[in-house]
Parts: sequence; C-alpha cells; structure tokens
Amino acid sequence: MTLNDLAARLELKAFTPGVPLDRSVSGGYASDLLSDVIGRARKDDLWLTMQIHPNIVAVAVLKDLAGIVLVNGREPAPETVEQAAKEGVVVLGSRLGTFELAGRLHGLGVKGS
Amino acid sequence: MELRRLRADLHIHTCLSPCGELAMSPRAVVDRARAAGLDLIAVTDHNTTENAAAVIEAARGTGLAVLPGIELTTAEEVHILGLFDAGADLAPFQAEVFRNLPDIPAKRKFIRDQVLVDAEDYVTGFSPRCLFGATLLSVHDAVGLIHGHGGLAVACHVDRDSFSIVSQLGFIPPDLPLDAVEVSPRLTVDEARAAFGPFDPFPAVRFSDAHKPEEIGSVTTELVVAGPDLGELRKALAGLDGRKVVPS
Repeated sequence: MTLNDLAARLELKAFTPGVPLDRSVSGGYASDLLSDVIGRARKDDLWLTMQIHPNIVAVAVLKDLAGIVLVNGREPAPETVEQAAKEGVVVLGSRLGTFELAGRLHGLGVKGS
Repeated sequence: MELRRLRADLHIHTCLSPCGELAMSPRAVVDRARAAGLDLIAVTDHNTTENAAAVIEAARGTGLAVLPGIELTTAEEVHILGLFDAGADLAPFQAEVFRNLPDIPAKRKFIRDQVLVDAEDYVTGFSPRCLFGATLLSVHDAVGLIHGHGGLAVACHVDRDSFSIVSQLGFIPPDLPLDAVEVSPRLTVDEARAAFGPFDPFPAVRFSDAHKPEEIGSVTTELVVAGPDLGELRKALAGLDGRKVVPS
C-alpha cells in the first residue's frame, strides 16, 4: 500500500504537496514521545503523532519512515512544513484521533510490530 | 570585583505546585535553604510565579538570595525553567502564561491543594486552575517569552523519561537558544553526558527539583560569581568575565 492509496482511502490532508506520495508503507507506529519513536519505529512505517515540532521531520529522516500523519486535526508548525519539503518527508493530517486512525489503518492491512 | 564560589539550588517548588508538599511554605523553604548552606535559590512552580514574591520577602535580611522563576510546561510537554531578576515585574509574563494555559479546574481528588501564601506563611488563596497542564506555547515560544522578560531558560531534567526535551522531542533542537540544560538528581553531569552525548554548547547544571523541605539543597550547582543575582548567573552560564559554572 502506498501513501497515495492511504491518503485517498482515509481522506488524509497533505501538508507537503511538493513531496510525492508514491512511497510504500510497510507498517505503522503511533507515539508522541520522539525518543520512543527513535528507539522503536521501523523503516517504512507510517508514524501517527500529535507532535508538530520540526524535530518530527528529523526523526522521520533518521528512521527512514514512510511518512508522518498528524492526528486530531493538528496543523504542522510552519518550520515543520519547510523542513519536510526540504528533506522530502511526507506530512499528512487526519481529523481522527490516534486510536481511531490506527484502527482504520490496521483494517487496511497496515500493521504494527 | 572579587569572585567567589556560591552554592545554588535553582529548581524548588512551593506548596503552590500541585505536586509540592504543603510544608513547602516560604519560611520553611528559606529556613531549609539556609540550613543547607545555600547562597542562591529559585522558586519554580509549575506554570506560575505567584508564590515567588512571598519567598523573596521571607528571605529578606537573611543573606539568602532568591530568584523568582517558573517551570513552564510547553505544548510538547517539555519542562523549561525560567529564572528572572529578583526585582522583575512578572505580572505581564504570568498573564501571558495563563492566557496560554487551558483553564481546566483543579480537582482536589487527584492533586494536592495549590496553595497561595504570603511571606509569613499565611494562606491567601488557592489557584483554581490545574497548574500541571501543558500550555499552548511551543518550546521556541516558551524560551522566547522567558527571554522577552529578561529571564534565563533552562531545559529541565533532560535525562528523564518524561517531560524532558529529549524524551518529548528526541533531541535538543539545534536552533533553540537555551541558556543551560539541567541534569536530574539521578545522574551526575558526566553520567548524563555518557548517556546522551555532550550538551554543547549549553552548560549543564544540577538542582534538587525539591518538592519537600528535606530535598532543598540535596543537589546543587556551584557558581564562581561576584554575587548572587541573575546578571551574575547569566555571565556564569555564558562563561563571561571569569564567571563560570563549576563542573559537578
């Protein structure tokens, strides 16, 4: 499943329109502690978080994540969008909360470890 | 001007913090700090500076210097210490913090009373809002707000698993203009450096994070300064004019 498929099926908003959504997603991780994401997320995971600070982009690059989804209708900080565009990191958004969005992703075959 | 070594504990809660013991009254804090041989303390309650003036007043004439301060919770749930000049008018700063703190009523069932007091330990009121919540201020906004009111900004207990800039944001954002990082009482600065890497360019300090009287002064940082005030602390943290933080 690609980011594009998921964005269409879950009505995700793209905050980084310049970054292509053709990347494959192999799993998912949900956490708001970036230290935890650094420790536990896996390559090609889609990451669900409330955090909007530019550091999320650095963590996504560090862990080679497929992309980030901001939950609860959160909007990224302007610097976060800027950094994400520069680093080619996809930042998406959902009106849903973490629990509901993770459930729907799981239903579409995106699993955690 | 002659430089001397002063012992500082700049992270102390009072009975106003929802996690601070009722025994942390202004007189008790001052008495305990003096008994512990401290020269300089700071009053740093969660998201409020409201009890600081009472502690400053209680310390008048004792030789103990007291800085007003705050332990601010940012939107990322990072704790940032703000330390201010003893003479600063912090009402505008506090108003800005409260404007950014969701007004959730304090439920006494789950938290301790948030007790406002005067310099003679008389109760003057209770803070009605939950002081422990996260403000809407990002770490950058919080540091900017503290600096805008002439204060110093210190990232709290960076080695802890919660409410630390490292736990919440993975690492210290390189463009965040902190004045220092605080290592919790659990680790020495060297142990923290071994675990987290160097905190450069920020100086590392350690304080007690006292919530009860017996914890005051249990962990301190020595400063080589000309006197116990914010200007000298600022120079010590920046390593200016011979002022410095003694490695602990």
